[in-house]
Amino acid sequence: MFDFSIVTTWIDTFLKTYLPEFWVYAIEFVVVGLLVLTVYAVLALVLIYVERKICAFFQCRLGPNRVGLFGVLQPIADMFKILLKEIIPINHVDKFLFYLAPFLVIVASFLSFGALPFGKGLHIIDFNIGIFYILAVSSLGILGILLAGWSSNNKFSMIGAMRSGAQLISYELSAGLSLLTIVVLSGSLQLSTIVESQADGWFIFKGHIPAAIAFLIYLIAGHAETNRGPFDLPEAESELTAGYHTEYSGIQFGFFYLSEYLNMFIIAGIAATVFLGGWMPLHIPGLDGFNQIMDYIPSIFWFFGKTFFLVFLSLWVRWTFPRLRIDQLLNLEWKYLLPLNMVNLLLMVAIVLLGLHF
Amino acid sequence: MNALIDYFWGAIKGIWSLVVGMSVTIRELFTKKVTECYPENRATMVVPDRYKGNLTMPHDSNNEHACTACGLCQMNCPNGTITVETEMIETEDGKKKKVLTNYFYNLGQCTFCNLCVLSCPSKAIKFDTSFENALFTKAKLVRKLNREGSKVREKKKVETE
Repeated sequence: MFDFSIVTTWIDTFLKTYLPEFWVYAIEFVVVGLLVLTVYAVLALVLIYVERKICAFFQCRLGPNRVGLFGVLQPIADMFKILLKEIIPINHVDKFLFYLAPFLVIVASFLSFGALPFGKGLHIIDFNIGIFYILAVSSLGILGILLAGWSSNNKFSMIGAMRSGAQLISYELSAGLSLLTIVVLSGSLQLSTIVESQADGWFIFKGHIPAAIAFLIYLIAGHAETNRGPFDLPEAESELTAGYHTEYSGIQFGFFYLSEYLNMFIIAGIAATVFLGGWMPLHIPGLDGFNQIMDYIPSIFWFFGKTFFLVFLSLWVRWTFPRLRIDQLLNLEWKYLLPLNMVNLLLMVAIVLLGLHF
Repeated sequence: MNALIDYFWGAIKGIWSLVVGMSVTIRELFTKKVTECYPENRATMVVPDRYKGNLTMPHDSNNEHACTACGLCQMNCPNGTITVETEMIETEDGKKKKVLTNYFYNLGQCTFCNLCVLSCPSKAIKFDTSFENALFTKAKLVRKLNREGSKVREKKKVETE
C-alpha cells in the first residue's frame, strides 16, 4: 500500500537541504494550509452536488441536470452566484459579533477537518489526544451559531440559536461517550494508532455488540450535531425562516452553508475512522490472499469510500424522517440514548477486561 | 413495572417504525423518475387530450371547414377573443347565404375557458394540445383560423331520392 509520508518526508528533507528550518516550516505551513482550504472547498462543492442529486432521487426527481453533464457544474455556478451577492448590512445588529460568528463556525469546522487521517501518511496533525481534540474543536462551532443568533437582533435567529445550543449540548454527550467506548477498546486517543490497530479487523467487528451500538449512537448524535435531517430545528425553515442565519447574506451565509455540509463530512469521517477503520482496507485475519487484494486499493479510496457511504446514510435519514419537536428531541437524547450509552460503555469495559473482543 | 415495559416497548416500536420508513424511501430511490426533460423529449412527450392549448379550426383534405359563420362563438366569448367576419353571397339556386371570410382568434386575450367550443353548433372549432405559444411580438398573437381559399363543407345530400 502506497505510503504518502514518503512524498511528504521527501519534500521536507529536500527543503531542509536548501533553507533554514524556520523557512522550511513557514513554507510547509502555507502549502498545507492552502491544500486544506482547497480540499475543503472542493469537498463542499462535491457534497452539495451529491446532496442535491440524492435528495432529488429520493423524491422521484432528477435533480440538477442542465449545467454541465448531469448538472455537475451546478454547485460551481451556485458558488459564483453566492460570491457575487451583496452583503446586506443589517440595522441594529451587534456588528462585531455579527461579523465574527460565521468565522467561528467555519474555523471550528476547519480545525476538525485538519485532524482527519485521509490516507496512509496523509494526516496533517496527529496529536496523541486526537479524539479529544476533535471533540473539543468541533463543538466550538456552536459558539458561532449562538453568537449569530444573539447578535442578529431577530427573534427567529434567537430561537434557532437557543434550540441549537440545547441540541448540541445534549448530543455532544452521546457523541463523546460513544467515541469513548471505542477508546476503551483501542486504549488510545491518537487517531493514527486507532487506525493502525484496526489492521486485523475494524473496531465495529472487533468490539461486536457494544461497538455496533456505539456506532449507531454516534451516527445519530453526529447527525443531530450537524443540524440536519430530522434534527434541523435550529433552522426549521417552516417556522423560523432560516433560524440562526436568517439575517446573513452573500458569503457570510455561504460560510454557514459550507460548514454545514463539511460538518456532515467530518462526522462521517470520524465515524469511518473510529469504527470502520479509516483508510485501513478490509482485512480478515487468516485470509492472506484476500487481504493482499484489498491492499491494492489505495488507502485514500478506502477513506473516502467509507465516508461517502456514511454521508449517504445521513442523507437517507435526512430525506426520510419528519422534523422532531424540541421535547421529542431532548427526550430521545436524555431518556434513551444517554442511558443506553452508559450501559454500553460499561459493557465495553467488561468485554475488554474479560478479553471477549477479537 | 408497567412504566418500564412501556419504555422498552416504546423504544422497540420506535426503532421498527424508523426501519419501515427507511425501507420505503430506499425503494423510492430506485423507482423510475417522473421528471420530464422537456425540450429533449418533444418527440415522445405525452400531453393529455383535454389540455387546451390553441384554438384551431380543423380543415379536411378538400380544404373545407365546418364553420357556418353563425357567430355564436364570438357572442359567447367573455373576452372578445374571437372576431368572425362574414359576407353575404348568392348561391346557384338563388338563395342568399352568409359565409365566413375571416375567423380571427386573439390568443393574447384567451383564457382557455372552452365556451366557444361548447357553444359551436357545427363543431367547427376545437382546442389542440400545442402549448408552445411564446412570441416576441404581440401582433402575432392574433391568428386567422380559416385557411386561404377554404369554404364551408356542404351538407351531405340525402341519396334516397
